[in-house]
Amino acid sequence: MALPNKPTCELLAEPDLSKVPVQEFEYDALIVGGGMAACGTAFEIGRWMPAGSKVCLVDKASLERSGAVAQGLSAINTYIGENTPSDYVRMVRNDLMGVVREDLIFDLGRHVDDSVHLFEEWGLPIWKKHGTDQSKKLVEGGEPVRTGKWQIMINGESYKCIVAEAAKAALTEMGYDLHERIFIVKLLLDANKPNTIAGAVGFSVRENKVCIYKAKTIMVACGGAVNIFRPRTTDEGKGRAWYPIWNAGSTYTMCMQVGAELTMMENRFTPSRFKDGYGPVGAWFLLFKATVTNGRGENYIKSEAAKAELAKYAPYGLAPVTPTCLRNHLMLFEMKEGRGPVFMDTAAALNAFLEAKKAEGMDEKAIKKYWKELESEAWEDFLDMSVGQAGLWASMNIEPEKVGSEIMPTEPYMLGSHSGCCGIWVSGPDEDWVPDDYKIKADNGKVYNRMTTVNGLFTAGDGVGASGHKFSSGSHAEGRIAAKSMARYVRDHADFKPTPKQSADELKAEIYKPVTTYYEHYQKTTHEMVNPNYIKPRHLSERLMKYTDEYGGGWSPYYMTNGKLLEIAMRHLQWMREDSEKLAAAGLHELLRAWENFHRIWTVESHLRHIQFREESRYPGFYYRGDFPQADTKPMEEGGWFCFVNSKYDPEKGEWSVFKRKLHQIIA
Amino acid sequence: MPSFVNPEKCDGCKGGEKTACMYICPNDLMVLNPDAMRAYNQEPDQCWECYSCVKICPQGAIEVRHYADIAPMGGYVQPMRGTDSIMWTIKFRNGNTKRFKFPIRTTPEGSIKPYAGKPAGGNLDDELLFTESAGRATCKPADFS
Repeated sequence: MALPNKPTCELLAEPDLSKVPVQEFEYDALIVGGGMAACGTAFEIGRWMPAGSKVCLVDKASLERSGAVAQGLSAINTYIGENTPSDYVRMVRNDLMGVVREDLIFDLGRHVDDSVHLFEEWGLPIWKKHGTDQSKKLVEGGEPVRTGKWQIMINGESYKCIVAEAAKAALTEMGYDLHERIFIVKLLLDANKPNTIAGAVGFSVRENKVCIYKAKTIMVACGGAVNIFRPRTTDEGKGRAWYPIWNAGSTYTMCMQVGAELTMMENRFTPSRFKDGYGPVGAWFLLFKATVTNGRGENYIKSEAAKAELAKYAPYGLAPVTPTCLRNHLMLFEMKEGRGPVFMDTAAALNAFLEAKKAEGMDEKAIKKYWKELESEAWEDFLDMSVGQAGLWASMNIEPEKVGSEIMPTEPYMLGSHSGCCGIWVSGPDEDWVPDDYKIKADNGKVYNRMTTVNGLFTAGDGVGASGHKFSSGSHAEGRIAAKSMARYVRDHADFKPTPKQSADELKAEIYKPVTTYYEHYQKTTHEMVNPNYIKPRHLSERLMKYTDEYGGGWSPYYMTNGKLLEIAMRHLQWMREDSEKLAAAGLHELLRAWENFHRIWTVESHLRHIQFREESRYPGFYYRGDFPQADTKPMEEGGWFCFVNSKYDPEKGEWSVFKRKLHQIIA
Repeated sequence: MPSFVNPEKCDGCKGGEKTACMYICPNDLMVLNPDAMRAYNQEPDQCWECYSCVKICPQGAIEVRHYADIAPMGGYVQPMRGTDSIMWTIKFRNGNTKRFKFPIRTTPEGSIKPYAGKPAGGNLDDELLFTESAGRATCKPADFS
């Protein structure tokens, strides 16, 4: 057998850079990403761009199944319907402990249903209420099956395929381009105009080539950040992350590295899900009305102790709907008091439905049929969006009507579209009800909805901060809102000739550095994984997740950190950033992993810098500052923390600044 | 629960334009070994179990073996995806089996004409998306106070 100091990957990377071609493209608008937001942009932009414009969507995967909805979904969580956008703002604001951009949320609320109507038109099956006309579409007055005030049920296995097909068809019809399997890793600033985007650069994961894109405007919508804290699983199960494992913080890192201002990066989402399989709990709570109990079988949420805990976090803890982080807080409270594990009582919930039908006088045969439907709905919830959970139940012989299942808070994730709100600071709509503080003036003095603080750079979905609870439909709608602004920006900058600062050769050498590092050193030991001259992406990734967990408030210390612990975390991050210069990649797949590592390290650094700066515990249950355990209600004018925390990395000086920004309440 | 490839069924999609699983995997895991003309999962511990490869494989050659560090052996979940519905077979460790069938779309694959029957873009300087008209889409917070 040969010594294990050789590459083992299938698609080898080329260390001789003279054999790596550089392809250069020039577009008016570039869309980076392939999920719901990017597909929304691709669909909308063609109707607004000046005639003859060139547009390209670049995806590191394959559009048909890329992004967070790759696997499908069992519900659309944002459909306003009979509610109002103002009510939507109130719900999001309370769930996210008050600190949100109400202009962005309201704006999303008035556009999101249009995207849902399109999905149904394109072929997404949306459940309709029993006893109503099943063929009537929502737009015709069809009545959806509401599980909660905002959620509707779907048969969503092919949700992403359908949305991607529409996006692809729109690109094709307009004569625009789609580049799949190109991983964009850096944005490029303009050499002549300050603080202005000019392009992006990436590489192919299928062949040795570097791609440089010049563009007047760019949408960056590459999702949130996963695999940044130590997962609860230890080996193969690491793949079963709750959010898509391929979300590497690329959105945040690429934008911050060109100087885009970030907001609420201290926010994270620590979802409580079915233990280990991370299957969804929404339908169990909302559709099946299941309750959670502690190890003694008590509905602990109703206990006096729980009420006292919630009262500590007034006014949010006392609201009729308890914020997601505080529900976690109560669960952690039970576990720490030794009253775990926490169970979802699936059996009681399902049997209650059957008992109710029996009490109504339903006969045995009808009950059997009814049960088949109920059972099918329960399993579809997993099979549509988290097949692994169904597999885990099958492996453990779990039939939900007979036995409950454990619920557990997962490792933390960073995102801006689900029940979290970290992201980038962007403009709201240019309307008179929007405070001036929320309007970013571009170089020409104009305001472009969803533009970041960098001229021409836009984001949507997980990228937009301080505006959570968009979910799949809201991300699509937000991608569309931004698309129109991008077209306007292009129209207003017709004479701009984007000129990236860096040369093609400089960029190629930087992007392929992990490859040249590997091939320079790999035969200096007898095992390619153990070599003092370089570090493999796998190892750096494990180091990142170990230290974020221990010092940055991961699951092992029950999400607890403090100023001293964060200082240690920062020291490790500094070393990791230095060591990332020695990342080594033998093949194209490993080069992808190397660059995902760069992105994760920077994203985590911004997260911990924000937590360090904010001297309070804004999201108890998601993370705690042991040295500042309370959630503050005082505004920044009074020295309090009821305000945004924003930050900026200065690409010229290589310096960070973290600061407060004023919060405006728009909706009473 | 990483995906794995049955070498007796996989033919590397030799008759097709592309290797289907390699084309679809969102995490760049599935890869073709051209010597053996067989595909494999090159990084099983980064598999999200999204089943995209399982669903697309024209030979039905891909299955999933549950994550070794969390799942007792013997569970099995396998789909058969058609053009308008998907059929799931679930086998439990104890041998019990369940089958479910769900609709997946109401229109034929490839039939979406995104701009057919839709208006052209209106005023680029207002906030309306091209499919929208005044009403909900142009409301302001004051409308609900």
